[in-house]
Amino acid sequence: MADSVAVEAHDLVKVFAKGNVRALDGVSLEVARGTVLGLLGPNGAGKTTAVRILSTILPPDSGHAAVFGHDVVKEADTVRRLIGLAGQYATVDENLTGRENIKMVGRLTHISRKEVARRADALLAQFELTDAANRTLKTYSGGMRRRLDLAAALVGQPPVLFLDEPTTGLDPQSRQDLWMVIEKLVKGGTTVLLTTQYLEEADRLADQIVVVDHGKVIAQGTSAELKADLGTTVISVNLADAEGATLAAELLVGITAKAPVLEGSTIELTVEEGPRVAAEVLRTLDQHQVTVAGLTLREPSLDDVFLSLTGHRAEIDDVGGDEESPPSASERKKAR
Amino acid sequence: MTTATLPPDVVSDAPPGGRLHWAIADAVTVTWRNLISYTRIPDAIFFSSVQPIMFVLLFRYVFGGAISVPGVPYVDYLMAGIFVQTVMFGAVSTSVGLSEDLQKGLIERFRALPMARSAVLAGRTTADVVRNVGVVIIITIVGYAVGFRILTNVFEFIAALLLILFFAYALSWGFAIIGLTASNSETAQLMAFPILFPLTFASSAFVPVTTMPGWLQAFAKNQPVSQVIDASRQLMLGGKSPLWSTSNIYWALAWTVGLLVVLAPLAVRKYRRTG
Repeated sequence: MADSVAVEAHDLVKVFAKGNVRALDGVSLEVARGTVLGLLGPNGAGKTTAVRILSTILPPDSGHAAVFGHDVVKEADTVRRLIGLAGQYATVDENLTGRENIKMVGRLTHISRKEVARRADALLAQFELTDAANRTLKTYSGGMRRRLDLAAALVGQPPVLFLDEPTTGLDPQSRQDLWMVIEKLVKGGTTVLLTTQYLEEADRLADQIVVVDHGKVIAQGTSAELKADLGTTVISVNLADAEGATLAAELLVGITAKAPVLEGSTIELTVEEGPRVAAEVLRTLDQHQVTVAGLTLREPSLDDVFLSLTGHRAEIDDVGGDEESPPSASERKKAR
Repeated sequence: MTTATLPPDVVSDAPPGGRLHWAIADAVTVTWRNLISYTRIPDAIFFSSVQPIMFVLLFRYVFGGAISVPGVPYVDYLMAGIFVQTVMFGAVSTSVGLSEDLQKGLIERFRALPMARSAVLAGRTTADVVRNVGVVIIITIVGYAVGFRILTNVFEFIAALLLILFFAYALSWGFAIIGLTASNSETAQLMAFPILFPLTFASSAFVPVTTMPGWLQAFAKNQPVSQVIDASRQLMLGGKSPLWSTSNIYWALAWTVGLLVVLAPLAVRKYRRTG
């Protein structure tokens, strides 16, 4: 193993007996020391299962994984001293205060009482929770809980941090705040593996992105590489009806490298030069006297990545209650 | 690979003490957390004390007049039953508490920490013992208020309470298994009651088993709850009645140790296998 690799996974397979779900179907990945890897995928893709295996919570059915060369199954205790884990649902005790939660995790990480107290103060200040330190978690907002969860994960000063959907369900401001915190940690040398359903988040934080779907890695590379494959702009054309859309889609074949995607009365094209192609689309349709009801340009979303990579949309496919439960549609919209 | 490639601050975090030292320290931390958690819901403490008080009043003043016990006043007979019944019903909180921790993902977090694997269960059952100490003190006070008197001496009375607490401790490992099995805390509670009811009511807790039909008597007389209750009566009241004797104390201890030896490893095994 090269010393520069902090986290590695080779051919991880995990099948859940309940529902016979292949949550992971041969996932391999590597996180270089001091970098951020974004594990991107829809609900049920296997992201949480991967993190649970890497953080020693769950043994894989086959394949192996290691943190700084230490096997997550055979040397679980060593691995546990090297990692911090913060979950999608802040796994903190609601009846304890912020400070008590940090102290609990610190004590269970086997740090001396005095040192835990010192680090708790520092972390509470760093995450702007000093004022709320002695209030029970019940009184915390969603963003505060996530910050506290992260603070607790950091009390052992782990060189590797696993963040399972750190911002799912948060409002835009809280997401921004948390992103800044994560960026600061990475600057300090922490290696981070984070899972997310948001392209924007992976884009902002991750050096490398691994896209998973149905337990398999379907693409990987830097954000720029993935986007280059995908195109940088999505042109969405609304027609009066499905019939008009079918006709229009036929007319637009050949304008772009990738075939237009037809859905109901909407056509979507993923392209490099949005405005130029949009003009061409309008010209072509106008020439053939097809009435356009609407046209929008937008950045590609995770849905588009999936559509492009798999030919299907990032459908919500919950894995037997083991994976995170899907956030509501409104939550996803809000977070975008 | 050697630790030389690890960041230096990680190496210094390696536990300096032995395995046992940390197993105890971790159990203490989890116990502390459970007890704090418990005190943060004062209404739960209030209402969980109301229930046994209601039982004392119910049996002392409503049913008590109709039940005759040879050798001692009914209120003296009743109290040992109330003590044991209360700590048994309290053991449900072991199931519910563990089930909630599982549901809320707290146990997931614990699993990713370098803490002793035994600490979650040890901390839970120990916290329940501490809570039960509070419970038996309240019941003692209520018992005194309604006319219960120790007929032996304070030391034997305390020995009886220790036996009851020990029995509750052994049982809470069994209820831990329920908590780890149930899909949520409501189910955990529902699963616990079909086990609690026959053990508590088909026992010598409230009426002498000699009043029951033969087939039921065979069970009621010999099951562990009756043994513990009758052993407590021997310790609290002495040999005032032919219904119990010192042999109940040996049986009660044997049952309690037996249950602990069987249930604790089963619970630990269940915990290890619960994903």
